[in-house]
Amino acid sequence: MSDYGQSALLEVENLVTRFPVPRGLVGTVSSRPKLAVRAVDGVSFSLRKGEMLALVGESGSGKTTTAQSILRLVEPESGTIRFLGEDISKVSSRRMRTLRRHAQLLFQDPYESLDPRFRVRATVEEPLLVHNEGGGHAEREQRVREALTRAGLTPPELFIDRYPHELSGGQRQRVAIAASLVLDPQLLLADEPVSMLDVSVRAGILALLDGLRQSGLGILMITHDLSTAAHYADRIAVMYLGRIVEEGPAREVVTNPKHPYTKALISVVPQRDPRAYAAPQILHGETPNPIAVPPGCRFNPRCPIAIPDCRSTDPELRVPAGAAAGHLAACIRA
Amino acid sequence: MSVPLLQFEDLHVWFDLEGGRELHAVQGVGLELEEGERLGLVGESGCGKTTLILAAMGLLPPSASVAGRVYLNGEEILAEGEDSVSPHRWVDIAMVFQGAMNAFNPVKTVGEQIVEPMELHGTASGRQARRQVGELLERVGIPAARASSYPHQFSGGMRQRAAIAMALACKPKVLLADEPTTALDVMVQAQILQLLVGLTDDFGLALILVTHDLPVVAQVCERAAVMYAGEIVELGPTDTLYHDPRHPYTRLLFAATPDLYGTDEVVSIPGTPPRLDRELTGCPFTLRCDSSFAPCATIKPRLIATTQDHLAACHLNDPALKAAS
Repeated sequence: MSDYGQSALLEVENLVTRFPVPRGLVGTVSSRPKLAVRAVDGVSFSLRKGEMLALVGESGSGKTTTAQSILRLVEPESGTIRFLGEDISKVSSRRMRTLRRHAQLLFQDPYESLDPRFRVRATVEEPLLVHNEGGGHAEREQRVREALTRAGLTPPELFIDRYPHELSGGQRQRVAIAASLVLDPQLLLADEPVSMLDVSVRAGILALLDGLRQSGLGILMITHDLSTAAHYADRIAVMYLGRIVEEGPAREVVTNPKHPYTKALISVVPQRDPRAYAAPQILHGETPNPIAVPPGCRFNPRCPIAIPDCRSTDPELRVPAGAAAGHLAACIRA
Repeated sequence: MSVPLLQFEDLHVWFDLEGGRELHAVQGVGLELEEGERLGLVGESGCGKTTLILAAMGLLPPSASVAGRVYLNGEEILAEGEDSVSPHRWVDIAMVFQGAMNAFNPVKTVGEQIVEPMELHGTASGRQARRQVGELLERVGIPAARASSYPHQFSGGMRQRAAIAMALACKPKVLLADEPTTALDVMVQAQILQLLVGLTDDFGLALILVTHDLPVVAQVCERAAVMYAGEIVELGPTDTLYHDPRHPYTRLLFAATPDLYGTDEVVSIPGTPPRLDRELTGCPFTLRCDSSFAPCATIKPRLIATTQDHLAACHLNDPALKAAS
């Protein structure tokens, strides 16, 4: 646990998480084939200290399951997850519980994630009690106040005795962030942290996360919003049907996309300037069912540039022609 | 001058609150919409966007009281309350509600549910209605044969298309769409926006697109109205609103929205909108504004023309006030 500083904080390799599809009584008796949703289907990436990686993709692409698998909130089927230098993909649930204090999860909806009966103090203090930390009452109080301050709820006296219903959406999300900071974690998994908030307060929450990243926290941000990812993340990984299809430095991915799926996604993101209108390259249909992943390249049925080889070759992530360092795409035509 | 297709004139909406208090949700809105036009209505939650369009539909809850006028082709449709608005509802002016895609009846086929408004308003029935359902579904990009499917057999994007088909069942002239793409993925959002643009271009349908998403409005609408605290604070062509905003709120909203290729810092707007259950003095935005000056605290700015097709409610546009301070 000593010299992970320069190397990765989190290294995920070939992660696979499947959910069995219930066959029902009739299906079992008639021995219908066992099916599984391949929610995460061979995902690899790494995250360093003080880095923000955005996992971007449409719903059903496996972003949230990836985050849940890392924390073992759902059990991955195979693959390795190295966190703080230790392979946590197979450690006991007791060991996992101690490790979880270093990796916290921030949810999308601050209206749902806070217990309405808990004052801010109790919400932020709870992780300390669960992990039996923070010593006596006075010390815990001090740590709660520090966490609130770090989350931008200053002065903490103004917020510590309030109930969630007395707070705005942005303030609630800050309380949730304070609760995830109180254990001083190394890694934050933020699942759509601003999508429920008004435009006017989103920037404040994202700036807060950006500041935490600068102070050394590793952040895995899950978002469907490419504009937000382009602005705040160091790197972007684009997911499609359980697989990362493109990954690289955020600006590079947005300005020089190599995978046809990324190109299409970027083309449909509306821009603020009406003069920036360019005909969107609209893909037809919706992301296919992850129970029946197409053979070959999983994007080939919707791909505008697919060739016969794409139906037989499952492309690996590799450096495409004309890409900057650290830019990878899984496309044989890139 | 020709009569606008839809016109709001000094519209006010109050909601009764407990304890005899009132919430002044819409505070004197004037707005005009032409045939085939796409108008964006933007602002933060609680600014009165949805209340305004529900008023035009005559669909506000009983706790609401309305003052002011809404004209459709020059006819005042709220004059006699329900009696004067109901002949136009769905027939001339229709709405896609927020979350409409999740509001279908799960035990009826999609086709049956689209026939309902046709039969209710007597625009079509029987075989003719079923044929029209097929045509409508095809128009929104769903094969006609899927009319016999149940809502759960549709994907989210298809349900939203079906909700649009349902709003169009009686061939209205105006479509009010409340956050029609908010819960959808960006690719499906693009499909739905393309559909709405096609409907206005091909049939002269007029669209009011209510959303908090400025880039969506920038790419879809020719004009937009920015609402704040129950009022329109700026109204003009979307191009002008982005390149030459005349209200600090509009400028700050754009600055708070990350852009795919933008490199400028994204900044939040401090504070929260004022409460609407008490009398406001001065400009409602002054406490959050980065350019307010002395008169803003006491004098309420009126919505005045800065150029021919551009209106803003901000003292910065008043040279006399600026010179005096």
